[in-house]
Amino acid sequence: MSGLRLVPRLVITPRRQVLQSIVALGLALLVGAICLLLAGLSPLDVYLHIAEAGLFSIDGLADTAVCATPILLCALGLLLPFRMRLWNIGGEGQLLLGAWAATGVALFLPSWPRSLLLLTMSLAAMAAGGLWGLIPGVLRVRLRTSEVLVSLMLNYVALAWLRFFVFGRWSENGFPLTPQLVKSAWLPRLLDWAERFPILAGLPSHAGFLWALLLAICLGVWLRRSPVAFDLRVIGDSSRAAQTAGIPVGARMILAMTVSGAFCGLAGMIEVAGVVHRLQDRFSPGYGYSAIIVVWLARLSPSGVVLVSILFGALLVGSKDVKPSGVAQLLQGLILLTVMASEIGLRYRLVRTLPKDKI
Amino acid sequence: MAMDTLSQLSHLLAAGVTRAAPLLIAALGAITAERAGVLNLGVEGVMLLGAMTGFATTAATANPWLGLGSALLAGAALGLLYAVVVVSLQADQVVSGLALGFVGTGLSAVLGAPLAAAPQKIVELPQLSIPFLQQIPLLGRALFATSVIVYVAFILLLITKLLDASRWGLHITAVGENPSAADAMGVPVLRYRYACTIWGSGLAGLAGGGLSLAITPMWVDDLTAGQGWIAVGLVVVARWRAIPAAWIALLFGVLRRLPLELQGMSALLGNPKLGYLFEMLPYLGTIVVLVIRTRPGVGKYFAPPSALGIPYVRGMQK
Repeated sequence: MSGLRLVPRLVITPRRQVLQSIVALGLALLVGAICLLLAGLSPLDVYLHIAEAGLFSIDGLADTAVCATPILLCALGLLLPFRMRLWNIGGEGQLLLGAWAATGVALFLPSWPRSLLLLTMSLAAMAAGGLWGLIPGVLRVRLRTSEVLVSLMLNYVALAWLRFFVFGRWSENGFPLTPQLVKSAWLPRLLDWAERFPILAGLPSHAGFLWALLLAICLGVWLRRSPVAFDLRVIGDSSRAAQTAGIPVGARMILAMTVSGAFCGLAGMIEVAGVVHRLQDRFSPGYGYSAIIVVWLARLSPSGVVLVSILFGALLVGSKDVKPSGVAQLLQGLILLTVMASEIGLRYRLVRTLPKDKI
Repeated sequence: MAMDTLSQLSHLLAAGVTRAAPLLIAALGAITAERAGVLNLGVEGVMLLGAMTGFATTAATANPWLGLGSALLAGAALGLLYAVVVVSLQADQVVSGLALGFVGTGLSAVLGAPLAAAPQKIVELPQLSIPFLQQIPLLGRALFATSVIVYVAFILLLITKLLDASRWGLHITAVGENPSAADAMGVPVLRYRYACTIWGSGLAGLAGGGLSLAITPMWVDDLTAGQGWIAVGLVVVARWRAIPAAWIALLFGVLRRLPLELQGMSALLGNPKLGYLFEMLPYLGTIVVLVIRTRPGVGKYFAPPSALGIPYVRGMQK
């Protein structure tokens, strides 16, 4: 009898990986189109609008860069633990806590000069986010507690913490937001440089994207050059082999979790200092969660993360004024799900088995 | 004075029980799926889709029972999708579960947009009072004069309890603990995993329906506000057992009501916003149990199903 059989692939080429991501993306867009049709929308119009508003105008591009910044920062951070198959799902909580810390600094030290204030805010945010990543890391290494569940639960602990301050202590006249931060706690904006570069006139977007890009390059170089980065990959492939080779597995895990938390915390600071200029309830549309998808789609590569972050930023910007508000989230979920589902195509190939009598 | 405290307590308990019902239903679904070895981190999103579907159906048909049924079906449909991805295609369950949650949340927002834009009243799930029993002091009101969703939760609790006692329950446990042994015994592993994933996801949808048809009868984006995640944590705290899940759901339900009840007593606490810190407790409780279960003596007591999160391929070790 002839039939089909799954045979494990021995070599997975980068080309196949890219091809598979593109196929998955196409499939996700197709399923998304069906959902949009169900909601009574024209999928083509929606997709074209997202592309146009997010990518093909100078205003749109500037907004896209702003939206992509927190995603990119979180994703760069999450890349490290993900490389060692350590799932930090707590990016959102780490981002929120970073935003909280940065706001605290700005509210209590309003008289500090700008550069010093911004630096202190960044450090505070990174410390707070780092702490929030450290906790699941230490628990995992010391007690073998599931880092997935701990980091996940910490997201909501951070959210409640933030709300406690936004609704209570730091609330402005009982509204769920803090007073606006002093101007010296704002990130420089593109239009501040309009005198030298006239094209930037009228763009209120902040310049944080450039910093994030710089960080991405640094991280990329570090991942290529540093022996520590090499350790991460060995641990991801086999933590037992890493242990045998004398790599301090536990210390590396804690390091990766903490650094990823710090990156996410910094993303929170950038949002506060660059976009909202205050702390408020629901200021993040789930950047920390989107970053997980981005890292997965980018297959753990820093350059891929940059590219996918920009695309996701465009998706968020472009779907902002599409009426049902969930389009961006739906598409993100579908893309990740199809990528996950097609993963099996990377690991196995379908082979037609020969009929018995022909062998 | 004493009478007043009693009635206040009875009120809090009644409110806590209704709040606990959807939480328990979602947790029971997750328990069944996880006992079969399938982790679903998308509960929050599935609940949202269930809540939206239930509300939409009830708004269109004026029949909350149809609404509740459609919520179950919507959840089950997502469960089928999820089962294809993680059982048949063997994808990583942590990441796929998150993706499923995104899909559920996004879909509920997209399809529910017209409902959210034009708020309306719907026919809610009825209250059911049992004569005489409802007059029991303290407990009567909470257990015997309440929304039908509480009775639904109770029936599901009994069904899930059968996991420990029935033939199929033992099969499910075997599939989650040692799938190759179960396979060798002739238990259809993949079929059981499909069934449990779909059932578990269906219950999450049902829980969402209970929320939008009985507890907070309306539809807004993100109606569940983290309750799906609480359900995921609850399963861990309840050690994958039905009865403990009910107690803990009750505790979390009361905790969730407490901030509202405490607003009146704000002077007592000194800070009326302290209630927000109460919201942390279910999540912190989960973390505490996750830590406790690593202690040597109690580890076994709190251990998850051995094959949780691991796809099963016949003839392949782990």
